[in-house]
Amino acid sequence: MAVVVGVDASEAGRRAVRFATRLRDVGDGRVVVAHVVPWSPFTVQSAEENERRSLTKAHEVEMAHRLVDPLVEQLRGEGVRAEAVVRHGHPAETLCALAREAGATHLVVGRTGESRVRSLLFGSTASNLIQIAEVPVTVVP
Amino acid sequence: MDPYALPALASAPAPSGLDAFIDDNFAGIADRIESVVFYEVSLGDVTFPVVVAWLLLAAVVFTLSFRFVNLRGFKHAIDLVRGKYTRPDEVGEVSHFQALATAVSGTVGLGNIAGVAVAITLGGPGATLWMIVAGLLAMSTKFTECTLGVKYRRVNPDGTVSGGPMFYLSRGLAERRMAGLGKVLAAVFAVFCILGSLGGGNAFQANQAFAQMRAVTGGEDGLLGGGAAGVLFGLLLAAVVGVVIIGGMWRIASVTDKLVPFMAVLYVTACVVVLLANASALPEAARLIVEGAFDTEAVAGGVVGVLIVGVQRAAFSNEAGLGSAPIAHSAVKTDRPVTEGYVALLEPFIDTVVICTMTALTIVVTGAYTQQGEEGVQLTSTAFETVLPWFDNVLALAVVLFAFSTQLAWSYYGAKATAYLSGESRVADTVYKVVFLAFVVIGAAASLGPIIAFSDSMIFAMSIPNLIGVYLLMGVVRRELREHEEGLRTGEVARVDA
Repeated sequence: MAVVVGVDASEAGRRAVRFATRLRDVGDGRVVVAHVVPWSPFTVQSAEENERRSLTKAHEVEMAHRLVDPLVEQLRGEGVRAEAVVRHGHPAETLCALAREAGATHLVVGRTGESRVRSLLFGSTASNLIQIAEVPVTVVP
Repeated sequence: MDPYALPALASAPAPSGLDAFIDDNFAGIADRIESVVFYEVSLGDVTFPVVVAWLLLAAVVFTLSFRFVNLRGFKHAIDLVRGKYTRPDEVGEVSHFQALATAVSGTVGLGNIAGVAVAITLGGPGATLWMIVAGLLAMSTKFTECTLGVKYRRVNPDGTVSGGPMFYLSRGLAERRMAGLGKVLAAVFAVFCILGSLGGGNAFQANQAFAQMRAVTGGEDGLLGGGAAGVLFGLLLAAVVGVVIIGGMWRIASVTDKLVPFMAVLYVTACVVVLLANASALPEAARLIVEGAFDTEAVAGGVVGVLIVGVQRAAFSNEAGLGSAPIAHSAVKTDRPVTEGYVALLEPFIDTVVICTMTALTIVVTGAYTQQGEEGVQLTSTAFETVLPWFDNVLALAVVLFAFSTQLAWSYYGAKATAYLSGESRVADTVYKVVFLAFVVIGAAASLGPIIAFSDSMIFAMSIPNLIGVYLLMGVVRRELREHEEGLRTGEVARVDA
């Protein structure tokens, strides 16, 4: 029984991690720090983008690890059983899948304050998550 | 009249000035090349070019050899594209959908709009039926060549992926102890691919884009009516293409590729609107198409003549057997090459069986083809205008966009062939791209007769080395197909959503 926390580069992501460590008492103490690289199999790309895709993906994964690894290191330093996960996919759906895989009791995300227009067009990860999550979701402001 | 000899596709006015100069110097060479590639044989009283029979034969052989994989693999192909078999480690890489979309963006183009009009002008409504049959059979050809494209692709030292006939001809045949032959075929293919990319993939596109732009801006007396307008239009188009392929502004390419599927859907929707407006004429159009296909008295030289017109235009549109698609498909992430073969078979279906057929029905149902003096894009445009008077502007936009995306796709194919021949030389790459841009201008400036002769010749010539290799490697595809089907049966290849 873990807590899955979804982070991005924003400050709210850090606050979400802090909050998740407080929640861990209700579970087995594990905190999964996850970053999802937004990706869809149904976009259209040029041939050049395709031929370089493996490289681009590797780069995206590396950048994501630079984001989550320090957070995990810090938690471990504090004695928290933390692990880092980087995935590609639809952010909210992928976080839900991760929660399922980890047997998580909670999902925590930061509120990044996407603009109204953007939220209206694409929805925000937090609101998507609330609609589809199978476990309680906490959105940290 | 020869059933396959192609007169001017668009009613491009007689060139003058600078246009005429380019035209005069280009026509002779084009004629000579055409007579070699479209070498004709006579069977009874029908004369036909060997290369068209060569493509049709391959499509029939692959369809029979892989037991109608084009039809029975259809549902599996859709499931693969929908990601039903995408494993977690393949997430984030090039999906089946993306590989297909890239390839389709390169194929859907003027062949679907202008080429179909040419087929009906030359062969009558009956050419439509043979075009559909050829499209259905071509699905097997794409299945076979794209399976090989993935099977023998190469992951370069820098992590990028290269694939296509150059690689399956050289590597695949080397595996079968025909390394020498493989090298020769790969080199010959690469040369034809470079020349084809300059012609059909480029000059032809520029030419038709200009013809349509001139038509909507008032024809000969309009904005683009002057003697040097072709050159100017060509220079402008070349500048945009150049910014992308030399300047590396791939964002433009990316935007274009996203617009092409949108335009394709818009185009098909417009066809449906025209067909609905003429719903009562549909049964008659269907009758004309079926009867025309078997009309022994047809002007185009009887049944065989009509058939050849249909097959040739289908091939020009869907590119099956030419070896271009395997280059685009090979970046997909899969460890089973045959899965991309399945996905690739959807390409001629979308291109020919759906889009070309929609164009053909629109032209036949509106009776536009019975009017004299209209050819190519203009004929298609006339058909639309009977119901949607403003549509020629949208069509002009679609033509320019399709032309542009096809040019980008072919510049990629040509650059890959250049890289193969030159051992990835950067100098050769730049030289090729500069020549490519020059052909954008030539295409827009010269009249269509010599341009189409040259482009058809080079594009179709690619099928000679490509299909020889594909025949020799059919056993590999058969083994891959058998293993995959076995995997599906035993559950080793399982749906991820099951």
